[in-house]
Amino acid sequence: MNSFSYTRAQEVDTAVREVTQDKAAKFIAGGTNILDLMKENVERPDRLVDITRLPLQQVESNPEGGLRLGALVSNADTAYHPEVIERYPLLSKTILAGASAQLRNMATDGGNLFQRTRCYYFYDTATPCNKREPGSGCSAINGYNRIHAILGTSEQCIATHPSDMCVALAALDAVVNVKGPEGERQIKFEDFHRLPGNEPQYDNTVKTGEIVTSIDLPAEGFAKNYTYLKLRDRASYAFALVSVAVGLDLDGDTVREARVALGGVAHKPWRKPEAEALLKGQKATKENFRKVADALLQGAKGFGSNTFKIELAHRAIVRALVMATEMKKK
Amino acid sequence: MSSKVLTEPIGDVAVGLPPLQRVTLTINGAEKQLEVAPWTSLLDLLREYLDLTGTKKGCDHGQCGACTVLVDGKRINSCLTLAVMKDGCEITTVEGLSKGDQLHPVQEAFIEHDAFQCGYCTPGQICSAVGLINEGHAKTTDDIRELMSGNICRCGAYPGIVAAVEQALKVCQPNQ
Amino acid sequence: MTATTYVGKPTSRVDGRAKVTGEAKYAAEFNTPGLTYGYVLSSAIAKGKIKKIDASDALSLDGVLQIFTHENAPRPAYFDRKFKDDDSVAGSPFKPLYDAEIKFSQQPIGLVVADSFEVARYAASLVKVEYEAEQPDTNLRRKPKGHKAPKGKTGFVPPKDRGNADKAFKNAEVQFEAEYFHMPEHHNPMEMFASTVIMEEDGKLKIYDKTQGAFNSQTYVTKVFGLSKEEARVINPYIGGGFGSGLRPQYQLYLAVMAALELKRSVRVVLTRQQMFSFGHRPGTLQTVALGAAQDGTLQSIKHEALAETSRFEEYTETVVNWSGMLYHCDNVKLGYYLRNLDLYTPLDMRAPGAATGIIATETALDELSYKLNIDPLELRLINYAEENEFEGKPFSSKALRECYHQGAEKFGWARRKPQPRSTREGTKLIGWGVATGMWDAQQQKAAAKANLSIDGKLVVGSGTADIGTGTYTAMTMIAAETLGLPLEDVTFKLGDTTLPQAPLQGGSWTVSSVGTAVQEACEAVGKKLLKMAKKMKNSPLSGASFEDVEFVEGKVQLKGDYASGVSIIEAMRQGEVNFIEEETTALPNFLKQMKYARNSHSAVFVEVEVDEDLGQICVRRVVSAIAGGRVISPKTARSQILGGVVWGISMALHEESVLDHNLGRFMNHNLAEYHVAVNADIHDIEVIFVEEHDDIVNPLGAKGLGEIGIVGVAAAVGNAIYHATGKRVRDFPITLDKLL
Repeated sequence: MNSFSYTRAQEVDTAVREVTQDKAAKFIAGGTNILDLMKENVERPDRLVDITRLPLQQVESNPEGGLRLGALVSNADTAYHPEVIERYPLLSKTILAGASAQLRNMATDGGNLFQRTRCYYFYDTATPCNKREPGSGCSAINGYNRIHAILGTSEQCIATHPSDMCVALAALDAVVNVKGPEGERQIKFEDFHRLPGNEPQYDNTVKTGEIVTSIDLPAEGFAKNYTYLKLRDRASYAFALVSVAVGLDLDGDTVREARVALGGVAHKPWRKPEAEALLKGQKATKENFRKVADALLQGAKGFGSNTFKIELAHRAIVRALVMATEMKKK
Repeated sequence: MSSKVLTEPIGDVAVGLPPLQRVTLTINGAEKQLEVAPWTSLLDLLREYLDLTGTKKGCDHGQCGACTVLVDGKRINSCLTLAVMKDGCEITTVEGLSKGDQLHPVQEAFIEHDAFQCGYCTPGQICSAVGLINEGHAKTTDDIRELMSGNICRCGAYPGIVAAVEQALKVCQPNQ
Repeated sequence: MTATTYVGKPTSRVDGRAKVTGEAKYAAEFNTPGLTYGYVLSSAIAKGKIKKIDASDALSLDGVLQIFTHENAPRPAYFDRKFKDDDSVAGSPFKPLYDAEIKFSQQPIGLVVADSFEVARYAASLVKVEYEAEQPDTNLRRKPKGHKAPKGKTGFVPPKDRGNADKAFKNAEVQFEAEYFHMPEHHNPMEMFASTVIMEEDGKLKIYDKTQGAFNSQTYVTKVFGLSKEEARVINPYIGGGFGSGLRPQYQLYLAVMAALELKRSVRVVLTRQQMFSFGHRPGTLQTVALGAAQDGTLQSIKHEALAETSRFEEYTETVVNWSGMLYHCDNVKLGYYLRNLDLYTPLDMRAPGAATGIIATETALDELSYKLNIDPLELRLINYAEENEFEGKPFSSKALRECYHQGAEKFGWARRKPQPRSTREGTKLIGWGVATGMWDAQQQKAAAKANLSIDGKLVVGSGTADIGTGTYTAMTMIAAETLGLPLEDVTFKLGDTTLPQAPLQGGSWTVSSVGTAVQEACEAVGKKLLKMAKKMKNSPLSGASFEDVEFVEGKVQLKGDYASGVSIIEAMRQGEVNFIEEETTALPNFLKQMKYARNSHSAVFVEVEVDEDLGQICVRRVVSAIAGGRVISPKTARSQILGGVVWGISMALHEESVLDHNLGRFMNHNLAEYHVAVNADIHDIEVIFVEEHDDIVNPLGAKGLGEIGIVGVAAAVGNAIYHATGKRVRDFPITLDKLL
């Protein structure tokens, strides 16, 4: 860990200013990821701006009839919030499938969006990694890539986004509110994270100095038919190999609307509206679900140790859709 | 065959030490005014500066739970927490759970059910269990298993840990 | 049963309070004024040379005292023998910071010493290292050819054949042959390796070391650094898990002592979790098993061959294949054990070394054979039950394995097993049952103990053994208290200090048998003196009694079973005009008695798994482990030992693998997030059955040791249950979900 200075911001504007002025400064909130990375010398900020005391701690209604999650609400408080449980049980379930109780108490909703990949090579400064050191090469492509991406990869990077929560937020069409030196703006969740392309060092589209202030959940929460299916190498406290967040709006056996987002397979939560559209007005059957899986995984490519993910994801999508469908019957 | 590898030195960051900062922490009920460097984790502060070595370092990366302490009653990983960030907070470590000679019911239950072997993960397990009881979300045995999964026990004392937490849940009220 | 009968009675851990309150201190927790901190620099490459190290930026930092590298570090000893320790293998031990050569990834290449941990860690990140790298070879499977393992370490007996296994296999009615592989694993005790070396005013060193043998560390330090034993006291009252990783002194000990002597300061060196992957590990092995049997299930031929990895500088051996010559009756056995040198650190004994891995292959192959024969796998094991140890050609001192099979099967409900694979289903879950046998050695080593009984009735017993979580404190306290008939709370057992009588390394499941015997003998020696004094008392009811005639119960010495004859031991000491009685004894195994017998512990493990048919997710729902491990001294801690072993077995079967990137020669999942050990949610019902054996051959206590037997057989039983559930045989461990798709 390098040497850095520490300041605590009391207002959003001050925080934004401090990080805008200092290129090597970073925000810190829950700290669960940045401190981990700093101890590995992967992140080396020269200043940390503590934003934990900013007034972004509320869960409240938003103008669209949905819910607004303050950026500094902890993952645990979000998951156990009565309104989240009632209206967005998919989000609650997804958060609780991630990390550990301790980490969920620390990690914030805003911070969760900024989790960096678990790629072994990204974490190990002894090895080349384009995400950590652009131009140094990707060790994972021809190396050990069990946890790596099968979709949206580039020749530069095959890392995955490790968050669970973000998979649910993607499925729910959440909107991220940010504030920066140039004022406030909204980022649709699908635009928040990016694919690696030729600039794998950038995980998302947030600009320097911008701070996430809140996350908006739209009114529709798919509270009746949903599931989060997470497949991993042990029963708990492990990152997803493949995960699937599903929200269904059903009319009897017919699908009015479907949302399917995948985790663990790409540099961002993976969604494909045209795949979901295949279910619109169709019966909720395994056969139709398989078509969705085919479409979602079109172009999937394995790199050796992660090739199994293609088949696993296919089966997981079908299973998750079945699970979500069967909820109403209970 | 031969090639060159150069480990990446920290390039553009100025070499120097960070200044100390003043924080006030209430640790196991006692208020302490301390001068701490920003890079000192709460865990290292406890172990290396305050001689409170009950809280353990098992990975230093939030991957094992040995460093679990309670901050304002909530369980967290002290290894991923900067001490300066907890200014004004109440910290409870394993050393602060018993009242004099009277062990906390979770501690009693751990002994009774032999919920440990080497003892290294134990303080973290116990603080985590106290946090779990405070949270009030564990209703079934499987809930306990899941909600205690952030604490790795390499000796494999999980059956005893689950039995101990079940017993403690019965006798403890939240926030005791 | 008297109030001071403890052996066999469930007793809470005597060190429990210290452990639940945080009072128990581990190697990195002894603080001292002026302590400095060492942070280890690790090699980025696996093979090659260091060309240049530039530590100037790091050295310029305030608070940095010194940066040791091969360029400036002392070389206190030259000969390999100086670096050999009690668990050394053949070859040349690694010597830290001796030269520019890199032999394995994460090799320690420097030590930064600073006045705080944070400064040392920061300074380490400023050191620039330039290497000349060569392509490492770390892939055991790339070239599956090895050389014969040399006879080296104590305990390893090169495998020997009997009969003609090739011919018998060829002629067998039913033949089965397969290849098995399992990945390397790292011990990963929760406590990271640490040494705190306290430089005392007189220049002597007080060394708090994470080790499974204080004397081993002391001998190493004295030999390497030319110190006397008085100058290097090693202390390890608590050890946060060992599992074998602490059987050899690790490099943090060398570095901390080196720095302390050079700087004349107290130094603490703690490895990071990442660096916990930089030294010994359980070696991966590639094994083939061929079994020939008659149609009735009688084994006619067993062939078992293993190829294991070792480093380029040492020849690590463990007993992998010999078990196949001992587990079952068979006249024709052919065994082979080979090593291949790779660019890795030398492997290191890890819980039931060799047995945990070799028996995976044997017990899986036997299961496969059972389906081929259409014989129940438990029945097949009973058909081929070995009445004597045919590998050693000796009868067993005791063997209650048959009872383990029966009691385990009864408890598990094995009789209800449906023979066909894929015959039980609950929704999308397939349910399967598996069984396997386990075996380990019952060994005894030379050990010494001292007992001191004072006039206030308090007994202090000491031996320089360790308690890595095994329950040594508790078992020894129980043995001592019972031997002298004292209340448990009046007995203190001390361990983990080289000023105590010498004890062997804590490993091999021999601590209770070795140290326990010494403790018993030391207490008996005290008892003999007590009896002498009691007999001299006026009108002593014991006059004329020999030591064999009396017993010590509830603070008294009395004629066996005759409460009225009791004489208070405090009174006896008072009358004998002594304030204390102290006796030290060294207990040696009775070789003459023991050598006629094979001495082993056994187990039968029954497992129920549930496997998701589509997704491959596996859950071990139920385990019954029936153990024949001699006499159980401390049932509560013994049960925990077996539970822990079973958890290890599950973890080995399903989760654990240290994965190498062969391009880099580096273990890439070197942390606890990606090296998966079982978590609480992975573990469900585990039932432990002890089938007691009365065995006065293994040692006077009759205990066989329980540290390892609990893990052996579990991984195979899990794999066998997975096959029974799914009809899919996985011969590549761990069995992760992708292998079931």
